[in-house]
Amino acid sequence: MAVAFDEMNGLDGALRPAYEELSRWLAETPPDALEHRRAEAELLFRRIGITFAVYGEAESTERLIPFDVIPRIISGKEWSRLEAGLKQRTRAINMFLKDLYHGRDILRAGVVPDDLVFQNPAFRPEMNGQDVPHDVYVHIAGIDIVRTDPDEFYVLEDNARTPSGVSYMLENREIMMRLFPDLFARHRVAPVEKYPDELLSCLRSVAPRSASTEPTVALLTPGVYNSAFYEHSFLADKLGVELVEGRDLIVKNDEVFMRTTEGLKRVDVLYRRLDDDYIDPLTFRPDSALGVPGLMSAYMAGNITLANAVGTGIADDKAMYSYMPDIVKFYLGEEPILKNVPTWRCREAGDLAYVLDNLGDLVVKEVHGSGGYGMLIGPAATKATIEAFRDKLKREPEGFIAQPTLALSTCPTCTASGLAPRHVDLRPFVLTGSKNINVVPGGLTRVALQEGSLVVNSSQGGGTKDTWILDE
Amino acid sequence: MLSRTAENLYWLARYIERAEYLARTIEATLRVTALPSAYVGQTNEWDSALQTAGMNFGFHAKQEIADEESVVEYIAFAPDNPSSIRNCIEAARLNARSVRTALTGEMWDTINGAWLELQSVWSNGTKSREQLARFLRFVQETSLRFDGSAYRTMLRNDAYWFSRLGLHLERADNTARILDVKYHLLLPQDEHVGGPLDYYQWTSILRSVSALTAYHWVYRETLKPWLIADLLILNDTLPRSLASCYGNLVRNLDQIGVAYGRQGAAQRHARGIRNRLEHSHIDDIFQRGLHEFIQEFIADNNRLGEIIGKQYLI
Repeated sequence: MAVAFDEMNGLDGALRPAYEELSRWLAETPPDALEHRRAEAELLFRRIGITFAVYGEAESTERLIPFDVIPRIISGKEWSRLEAGLKQRTRAINMFLKDLYHGRDILRAGVVPDDLVFQNPAFRPEMNGQDVPHDVYVHIAGIDIVRTDPDEFYVLEDNARTPSGVSYMLENREIMMRLFPDLFARHRVAPVEKYPDELLSCLRSVAPRSASTEPTVALLTPGVYNSAFYEHSFLADKLGVELVEGRDLIVKNDEVFMRTTEGLKRVDVLYRRLDDDYIDPLTFRPDSALGVPGLMSAYMAGNITLANAVGTGIADDKAMYSYMPDIVKFYLGEEPILKNVPTWRCREAGDLAYVLDNLGDLVVKEVHGSGGYGMLIGPAATKATIEAFRDKLKREPEGFIAQPTLALSTCPTCTASGLAPRHVDLRPFVLTGSKNINVVPGGLTRVALQEGSLVVNSSQGGGTKDTWILDE
Repeated sequence: MLSRTAENLYWLARYIERAEYLARTIEATLRVTALPSAYVGQTNEWDSALQTAGMNFGFHAKQEIADEESVVEYIAFAPDNPSSIRNCIEAARLNARSVRTALTGEMWDTINGAWLELQSVWSNGTKSREQLARFLRFVQETSLRFDGSAYRTMLRNDAYWFSRLGLHLERADNTARILDVKYHLLLPQDEHVGGPLDYYQWTSILRSVSALTAYHWVYRETLKPWLIADLLILNDTLPRSLASCYGNLVRNLDQIGVAYGRQGAAQRHARGIRNRLEHSHIDDIFQRGLHEFIQEFIADNNRLGEIIGKQYLI
């Protein structure tokens, strides 16, 4: 694998301008002071309770996502291009979803193959012909970005269902400001704290027509045992809306109400952090105790807005991903600003043959997998694992895509042996309301803490960093 | 406010209050059992501790002999005792976590910090009396901090009032339970009152509800059983007395009623109990039967819990 581009020291060790001040500061700061702050940060995270639960472990083992105190810095110029690309891509995703559930022009034009849509479990036939308020399907998108050199950002994944991580973007910043006020004073860092405000106005803007002028927004969580529960309660608190569970809601005459100490109160917009499968046992999984019976019929009647809409998973499917540049061109008539990582679709015979021949060099991902589960990282895998994967691929080629192992960019990171480069990615959050599309300048930088590792997922031991967009 | 939020706040306050009461019960029992046996007599104080904690059935379903080690373990730490101090703190933290948005940062910090300490410092119980004393202090301080941070930082709205309802309902139950178990000690039946045996038992009652000093300030007399009963039942200047708890319950329910523009069965029921306490005299209570009076009160208090549940929490 080629030497990775380092965001501080470039490819050739030449300090990049955005990092000049940080580099000076690092030179002045003794390593044990950094270590001290790191320990302090961990204590803060633990006390505030910023944890996530790992499935399959007892509730008492809420884990901290390791936090790295060295910020990742992106210049204002780089960001504006990234931002334009994110907005463009999200706009196209929303048009694509509307089209798939209405006229299906894109299928007739042969840009995306039919079976990829209709045989996909994330496609929701219930949504056929169903209008959603203001044609917004993906109100909150978390688009994963990686970088391989000074000039190029690649989209790694479009998260269009219930993307998480934004609480870390906000909390990381709070903690950094508490621990390193001097470092902030030496930079002009674009603030991220407006995110909750923007999210709330985004959600209010998409209220259904039958809502009052002051629409009631609530956040639907699967409950305190969910791995992202901290984020749910954090956001509800910042938004100033009720954090509801399925059992708090009741549907009457196709309207959704929450049970309060003063009786039933209508809900107009539900920011739901519960997957389609679980939201309504009458329509989807009948065994779901987390959802609200009748929610879908209220939705169909146009009396509640669900954010994100039902059926958005079809757009963030990893197989659909490979068509995203064509999707952008089809709807917007523009060249995509952000590139896709080159992707082989194992469902296509030619691609499959190539992938099978080059398994040792590729990353193979399950089309429906998430969180780093079920992937093959060719260069890091044993012969036996590769062979086992080869069988899986042959058995079910349409279940997989493959990508080259990118030399993901690295950032200086605190490790047991001092500062060292570690691979990072970035998840910015794109908010689409009835009129505006917004990206708060920042995002969640995830960092692979193991030397050489490319796996940044929190469920796989990755950590996070504060992400600074310089306001230039 | 969501009904579930109100319910969680209510139970959160109850669990913390209960944890503190249990810690006080253990502490008071330890003091009595530390006395030479001549002062204590033949009674098993640990059995009595289980009774005041309402845990005697649960305990004896598992074990025969109630001695210091087994009872302390059961009340303080037993994972299979749903009301053990450890389980109270765990349950409180779980409630707190699911309604974090309704808590202030200070309250969350207290309860989460206590939970973390429980896991890191107290996960293996206690091995010595010194450790046990530290643990009991930790529990009481947690309760004080939690109560204090609620008092100092919460908005005075329904979230606050519902959590206060939980606290006072639990507190009234705890005080009544002590009286119920020890009522025979308070009965002025023979002339031996004031003997060392009774004296230390009475002290332990007062210590359990943190009212020993208060007694002397109020009555300026040596310990007399009917005055102890008067203090714990009717004196509304003592925060843990039944009268004081009901003054607060009525006040908080009224505040909820005003804020919501509606009164109901809970307000009426609480007012009824308060009025009875207000118009009672300790002599009449003894005349009619202390035991019967307390039993009736406990039932009434439980009933209020049910009514509040029906009116607001379901």
